Amino acid sequence: MTVFKRVITFASLILLLAAGSIAAEQPQQTEQQKGFVPVSELPPQDQLPAAPLLVSAYAFVWLAVFGYVVSVARRLSVVQRECERLEADISRGHRTP
Amino acid sequence: MPKWFMPAAVICGIMFALSPVLIARAPYESTMGLVQKIFYYHMPAAGMFLVAAVVCGIASVRYLFGGSPRQDRLAWAAAELVVLFGAIALVTGPLWARKAWGVWWQWDVRLTSSLMGWMVAVAYLLVRKYGGPGSDKLAAGLALFGMANVPFIYISVNYWRTIHPTTNVVPTLPTSMGVPFWFCFTAFVLLFVLLLRLRVRLEEQRSRLDVLYLSLDE
Repeated sequence: MTVFKRVITFASLILLLAAGSIAAEQPQQTEQQKGFVPVSELPPQDQLPAAPLLVSAYAFVWLAVFGYVVSVARRLSVVQRECERLEADISRGHRTP
Repeated sequence: MPKWFMPAAVICGIMFALSPVLIARAPYESTMGLVQKIFYYHMPAAGMFLVAAVVCGIASVRYLFGGSPRQDRLAWAAAELVVLFGAIALVTGPLWARKAWGVWWQWDVRLTSSLMGWMVAVAYLLVRKYGGPGSDKLAAGLALFGMANVPFIYISVNYWRTIHPTTNVVPTLPTSMGVPFWFCFTAFVLLFVLLLRLRVRLEEQRSRLDVLYLSLDE
């Protein structure tokens, strides 16, 4: 009988521990799952409007590419002008200051 | 410039002008909604960032072992494109993440290794500009490091599971999202080729200028 009581006590303890760990692993219910939540009470990232972020992203891409093209074109025209000037100097046979 | 350059530039311009129309017509993603549409420029830019790093690395290897100035010019041009496309990916990503993840930045493996790859390219350009004589070889070594980082950036999301999507997203896109995506990707590939050619042209002209100065001194 004493052995039986010990087995029962041990089994109950194991079950209790297992139930505790299973309960801990259950995902926490969000406010939205418990009931309707007004949009003003949503977490900050859910309230954030998407349009300004989207427009900023596309504007940055266009501006970055445009800026880079302008930068390369300007550098290229400066170098090409310098090349033409030097070629003219060489063809004249002297160097201009 | 080669004959194909201007027609390709016109096609690229038309594709970029049409891309917002296709992106606007693409369906909203179920959980992220409107902000997910950043993906159509973010992912192609990130792809070109990696391609540019590989081009820079391969050209640097060929320069280190072959000594060809042509390869050095290509590496320098590609390094600038790593910085450009890397900046686009690293700016559009956080703008998307702010809404989708609730944070601007996460120190996860994909984001951190991408930032590192971008900083390597910035270091390459700084070494080339301010490094003085011999900086070409030192910068080529940096480019190798940048190229070695590329596979790590690409596969990292599959091994370290974080909140960044895996590489499985693009192959599983539905047609309604896949068509605008591949259209934008093609536009970015074309843009990459055009910018690379234009930037290489600048280096060619600089080399020509050096030759002209030398011939004047003689």
